[in-house]
Amino acid sequence: MQWLERHVPKLVLAPSFIAALLFVYGFIGWTAWVSFTRSRLLPNYDLVGTIQYERLFASPRWEVALNNLFVFGVLFIGISMLLGLLLAIFLDQKIRTEGVLRTIYLYPMALSLIVTGTAWKWMLNPGLGLEAMVRGWGFEDFTFDWITDPDMAIYTVVIAGVWQASGFVMALFLAGLRSVDGEIIKAAQVDGIPTHRIYTAIIIPSMAPIFLSAFIVLSHLAIKSFDLVIALTGGGPGYATDLPATYMYAMAFSRGDIGQAASSAMVMMMIVFAIVVPYLYSELRAKND
Amino acid sequence: MTDVPYAPPTQSRALKIALRWGLYLMLTVFALWYLLPLFVMVTTSLKSLEEIRTGSLIALPREVTLEAWRTAWSGACTGIQCEGLRPYFWNSVLLAVPAVLISTILGAMNGYVVAQWRFRGANIIFALMLFGCFIPFQVVLLPMARTLGILNIAGTIPGLIFVHVIYGIGFTTLFFRNYYVTIPAELTKAAKIDGAGFFRIFWSIFLPLSLPIIVVTVIWQFTQIWNDFLFGVSFSQAGTQPITVALNNIVNSTTGVKAYNVDMAAAIIAALPTLLVYVVAGKYFIRGLTAGSVKG
Repeated sequence: MQWLERHVPKLVLAPSFIAALLFVYGFIGWTAWVSFTRSRLLPNYDLVGTIQYERLFASPRWEVALNNLFVFGVLFIGISMLLGLLLAIFLDQKIRTEGVLRTIYLYPMALSLIVTGTAWKWMLNPGLGLEAMVRGWGFEDFTFDWITDPDMAIYTVVIAGVWQASGFVMALFLAGLRSVDGEIIKAAQVDGIPTHRIYTAIIIPSMAPIFLSAFIVLSHLAIKSFDLVIALTGGGPGYATDLPATYMYAMAFSRGDIGQAASSAMVMMMIVFAIVVPYLYSELRAKND
Repeated sequence: MTDVPYAPPTQSRALKIALRWGLYLMLTVFALWYLLPLFVMVTTSLKSLEEIRTGSLIALPREVTLEAWRTAWSGACTGIQCEGLRPYFWNSVLLAVPAVLISTILGAMNGYVVAQWRFRGANIIFALMLFGCFIPFQVVLLPMARTLGILNIAGTIPGLIFVHVIYGIGFTTLFFRNYYVTIPAELTKAAKIDGAGFFRIFWSIFLPLSLPIIVVTVIWQFTQIWNDFLFGVSFSQAGTQPITVALNNIVNSTTGVKAYNVDMAAAIIAALPTLLVYVVAGKYFIRGLTAGSVKG
């Protein structure tokens, strides 16, 4: 009884911990192992070296997926951050309708990416959507058919992604702006420093940690974006808007190529780690100091 | 916090007012941009197909019809079945409610242990569990599919509940842990001296204090699980699919005429529960988002 009393906390935590060991670490191990085998439709556990990774990086479709991740990631993160910061600064100017505007800017974050993709797919369709609308206004030559253009389709994913996530970045930055020491800003204003200089020289630099966490969240979203591409373009035209996430899914569940699925998943994890681990490390170190 | 845009003494009052107007104009333009898709979804869902073909994207419906809504709810085709979203809506409810409850309860208990009953290695265990929040789930899809098969719950709703609970615990533990560390450890110590045990202390001291964090966690988990697509599409089969998968199937269904109004009505139906949560409890939703973003 005494023993039980003393160990209750550990016993309570144990099932979740074991689940994490098994379903996170064990599963990562399994996927890593399979990525070094010749598995196709069924897993095969004989290690054969890096053959799957060689196939992966020789595949033109994977090259497109990685390129898209880069293009989408840079634009999605960059534009969301810029727009989020801009909106936060605008909203920080004693705006009377701030509450309403904030609610409007942030609601897309409550939606499923499938809903977002469905809505934008409809609006971007050239025949009846925005293109047809502008033509109806009398601009007969107006074209906006990015969603059906293999070279431009990835930018429609950026548009929908920014629409969904920028309000969230705005909320993060607004909270950051509000937490900057008011005394310093007052002192600067008394000294006659122009408002835009107060922002660029005092407020924005003091928000560095918020930039970092916004960056981490957005890059995490970008790497995992799967739903949005599926709903908006289905990876098409052709495989023009494939991302590593859709490549992995196609290999795992429609092509029956487990080896490719496993190796692409491992590469995705490496990319996430390259971004998240330095961040986690610095966070944990800061906490321990 | 900051004043109206800075104006040097030489600037006139008129310029100041113009700047102010410009600011409001910009804010309004952005508000319209965010509202446009919702507006288009609602108006399109209320139009007839004929009107969609002949009218403008942003025109209000000339004749409001709820036909598309009826079809989306109970007649639209997801592949070969044509039962609308209704069965899938209930699938999502049956899936989300238990998954949210179980993961929240586990998170509360775990967070309580990690924050208030520290033992050697507790921090490492917490860090290892937290790490699970960061992995791209693609890396566990294949072994999970096999595991669900072995457990004989592949393609079932209990199987999906299991998956959502497993990968939700990291977040729920984090939420409760961050909340409970702010409660002074002396409280637990004093209660221990008075002879109260682990569960007693949780039940009569911590639980009554937990309402805000329970609301944040439940909203976060509900939004995540309701909106999930990856697990839903990977681990369900015809008949057990959650609403996001059914919506995607309706939109991409190739049989018959493309019914954009039905697609839009279906999208709104799929979005309504989480939108409702956002409207009713937006404050808690934002708190979950920002807590989730400053992980660790």
